[in-house]
This record gives sequence, C-alpha cells and structure tokens, in this order.
Amino acid sequence: MSETTHTQTPTVNTARQWLKRQTRWSPFEIVFWLALLLPFFLFPTYLPLASQIAIAALFALSVDLILGYAGIITLGHAMFFGLGAYAAALLAKAGWSEPLTGLLFAGLFAGLIGFISSFMIVRVQHLALLMITLGLGVLTLELANAMSWLTGGTDGLRVPRTWPIFNYFRFDLWGYTSYGYSLAVLFICFLLSRRLVNSSFGLALRGVRENVKRMPAIGSDYRRHLQKVYTISAAMAGLAGALMAQTTSTVALDVLSFTRSADVIVMLVLGGTGRLYGAIVGSIIFLVARDQLAGINPQYWYFWIGLLLMVVVLFMPKGILGFLARLTGKRD
Amino acid sequence: MADPTQMVLRTDGLSKKFGALQVTNNVTLALPRGCRHALIGPNGAGKTTLINLITGQLKPDSGKIFLEGQDITGKSVAARVRAGLTRTFQINTLFPDLTPLEAVTLAVCEREGKAGQFWQPLTSHSQAIDEAFETLKSIGLASAATLQTRTLPYGQQRLLEIALALATKPRVLLLDEPAAGVPKDESAALFEVIAALPSDISVLFIEHDMDIVFKFASRIIVLVAGGVLLEAGPDEVRTDPRVREVYLGKAHHV
Repeated sequence: MSETTHTQTPTVNTARQWLKRQTRWSPFEIVFWLALLLPFFLFPTYLPLASQIAIAALFALSVDLILGYAGIITLGHAMFFGLGAYAAALLAKAGWSEPLTGLLFAGLFAGLIGFISSFMIVRVQHLALLMITLGLGVLTLELANAMSWLTGGTDGLRVPRTWPIFNYFRFDLWGYTSYGYSLAVLFICFLLSRRLVNSSFGLALRGVRENVKRMPAIGSDYRRHLQKVYTISAAMAGLAGALMAQTTSTVALDVLSFTRSADVIVMLVLGGTGRLYGAIVGSIIFLVARDQLAGINPQYWYFWIGLLLMVVVLFMPKGILGFLARLTGKRD
Repeated sequence: MADPTQMVLRTDGLSKKFGALQVTNNVTLALPRGCRHALIGPNGAGKTTLINLITGQLKPDSGKIFLEGQDITGKSVAARVRAGLTRTFQINTLFPDLTPLEAVTLAVCEREGKAGQFWQPLTSHSQAIDEAFETLKSIGLASAATLQTRTLPYGQQRLLEIALALATKPRVLLLDEPAAGVPKDESAALFEVIAALPSDISVLFIEHDMDIVFKFASRIIVLVAGGVLLEAGPDEVRTDPRVREVYLGKAHHV
C-alpha cells in the first residue's frame, strides 16, 4: 500500500489522504456483499443454513467490536444472544409478533443488561475478565433454567409465527424471507459497525487494545469507552438472538450455552479479529464446515473444526482474512 | 526561590513506603513556569516513583500535590492529564499497531473530548488531524507519520513518546529518562528537541548522563534514598561535596 510507494516526506495533505484511504470502500467489499445474495439463486435449498450463518455472523460481529477492536476477551457473550432470543420470543408469546419492533425490543433489553454488566466488566482484565464473563454467562443460563415457568426450561419455547415484515414479506418454509431478513439486519449492523470503527471512538478503542496503560496518560477515561462499546455489542448480540427466535420459531436453553459463547470466538479467530469481515467469513467457514462434516460423521465433526482452528492460529495468527491481506500486501 | 504562587507544580511533604522501604521521603518541591529542571540521583533513589506519585499512577501515603494552586492529590491520572500534567515513560508505552498520526490524533481527540463520538468519521475531525501532524512535524516525525509504530526505529519511538505527551497540551511535562536506550550521539539531538519545546511548558526530566544534565537543565534536584538532598543550579550541584560523594563521585564525570 501507500507506505511503501511514496518515499518523500508526507505533508498535512498526504497525511489526511492517508487517513481517508484507510476507510474507503474497496471493490472487494462490494463483490463480497453481492456474493452474499447468491444463495437466493444458486443454493435455494440451503437458505435456512444461510440464514443461520447470517445470524451467527451478526453475533460474531458484535463480539468483534469488543474483542477485535477494544481487546475485551469474553467467554460469556451468548448471554446477550440468549437474552435477545428470549425477549423476542416472550414478546411474541404475549401476542406481539411484529418482527421489527420485536427486534428493537430485544436489542434494547440485551443492551440494557449489557450496560449494567459493563460496570463490572471494565474493572477487570485478562484471566479475571474471562472468568467474569464466563461466570455471568453461566449465571444467566442457570437463571433461565430455574425460571422454567417463563423460559420453558429444558423444553424450550415454541414461538408463535412471526408476522410478515412490513406486513408484506411472509416467512416462508424455504427460508427466502428468513435469509433476506437476517442478511438485511446483518448488513445494517455492519454499516453501523463500520461507521463506529472508523470514528474517533473506534480509534480510541484501538488505543485501548494496543496499550491500555497509555490511555490514562493521554487523558482518556477509557473505561467509559469500554462501557459504551460493551453496551453496543450486547445490544447487537441481542438482535442476533432475536433474529434466531423470529426465524426458527423456537428458543431453547442452548441459546445461552457456553458452547455458543466459545463457538463465536472460534468463528472470529478463524476469520480474523478486528476487521469486521472476519466475523462473517469465520461464520461461513464454521457453519458450512459443520454442515458438511456432520453429514459425513455427525459425532466427530468438531474434531475437524479443532484441527482447522489450530492450523489457522499457528500459521495465520491474524486469521484467514489477515493472511489474505498480507498476501495482497495490505496492512494486516 | 521565586514567589510560590508563580509555581505551576508543587508537592508538599510527599511520602510513600513500599513495605518497610521508604521510597519517597517528605519531598517538597516546586516547578516554576517554563522551567527546565533535571531530577537526578543514584539508581533506586526513587526518581520514577516520585513521578508516579505526582502523575497519579501511585497514591502517596501522605503529602499533597498542587497544580496551578489546585490540590490534585485525589484526582485520577487522566484527570491530571486533562488539567495539564503529563508524563512520558522510561520504557516505550506506545500503541504498536497505530501509526504516529493516528496515535497523536487520538490524544488530541481525547483532549478535546471528541474521542467518545462514534458517529462522525475520524476524518471529519480535520483540525485534530492537522494539529497532530503539526505536532509530529515540530519534533521531526513528519516522515514517520503514516508508518506503523512497531516498525519505527527506536529513536523515533522515543520522540513519539514526547509527541503523545505534547498532544495533551501540558503545562507540566515530566520526562522519565526520555533518552533511555538511545545512543549518546542521538540523545543530544533528542534533548535539543526537548530544549526547543514551547517556553510556557514546565519540564522536569530524569537523566543519567551528567553532560546532558548540566547542558540542558537550569536547575537540578538531587534525590537520594527517596528524599531531596539538594536543589540548586548546575554549578552548585557540580561542586557540592555531598553530591560528589553519593552520586557523582563514582562516575568521575566532574
């Protein structure tokens, strides 16, 4: 990229232009999003899977905001996914199955819980942070288990069928609407995330990730930054959970499970953290691999995921996208 | 000494113990506006601890710190920085993946309270970006502005330490061994940069090289075993028998 090509001393104008270039849309991105429309035409039988992938990608995107940009490691983010799923499901059971308001309700609820827990999250780091997030996740799961009168416990909840979007697009058996809906929500959240990471706030988050010790020494109350991004991330995870409740019409306790919290980290590490697209690419690889491998051997499919994870971590420490970026000579 | 109200930074009986060890012992000192003071003392004298106490990384057991007459003893590190009291670190404490332009722009945005805004693109804060670039240019880092910090030569990283501090618009700048690890011929150049800082900034620097201390400091504070042994001009410090004994005697610099 530019670093290597211009050798003369930059002026204030070249410096500005350099910053602008960092955030420009590349043709690859446009192609990428157009490619996500292909399942409608090429693999219509896989639309339910595509919908699952879009939901997982949205969840992974929410984790990328805190892990990839702000350096907050978490093993309990499924709690927000699950809270969003239950919020949307319970609203529907109460008689209101309008999808967009349900989505909004679930996002706000998960965001609220995220905001409350953020006070604890920003006080700890490293192993303690892992344990706190893990603990909060387990706590939420067991709480949902204990409140089976509300959550259905281990039996789960059957969610009434979601009303048509804009009173027009009915949720069909083949998943056209589900995938279109999930993809649209993913795209909007991606645009918001992209805007966020390219702002001065996004830069501040990268500052926290790169050196939290320096932040107070440049006058930053960085804990407020972390609380803000944690709240946003929790809300986004809640949206993902709500999408799942609305498109699959069932919610079971596994929405809150530790496995879900761990899988989303695996997806993100596979794709590459701190680049937004890593969340999407990682989810595609993870869920397509699971679908194909489980078809071969339903018991041992995770073996191959584990192997893939090790290969990526050992040979592509910045994930598959980081590896590709290095191949093309971009800033990794 | 000048009228104490002219003093930008004052400490009053600052003390700190680590267990049984008295690392800071009743330190009372004052920095006038625009000063270029050096803080010297043998290894383990408590120089960095004193800076940590003044900037808030450590809490004193007793004593008070005043910035422009305001008691800041209870304030957080970040609040002190925003009030104009900034430090640099002996060991590079930078943002390895950011470019100097991004890092200094971040410091400017934090100062102006813009760092929490997540809706406007970074590039819309063009004044902050211009200021960051000018700051880098003023200390000779313009050519490195858009290179990743981790790839910069060590000497440039030391300069970036100072640039980040300058971006906070400090009234008082505490430099903890700004030339630590820099070869002797380069460290003189680095101190030329420090000497050329805006004259309204009060600078206190820790430095081991006595040639540099005598050349760049107008006054010298000698710290021994956590306490101030002497505060005086270079000539007096050079000839003081106690200083020669505890500090300079072994170095044969004088």
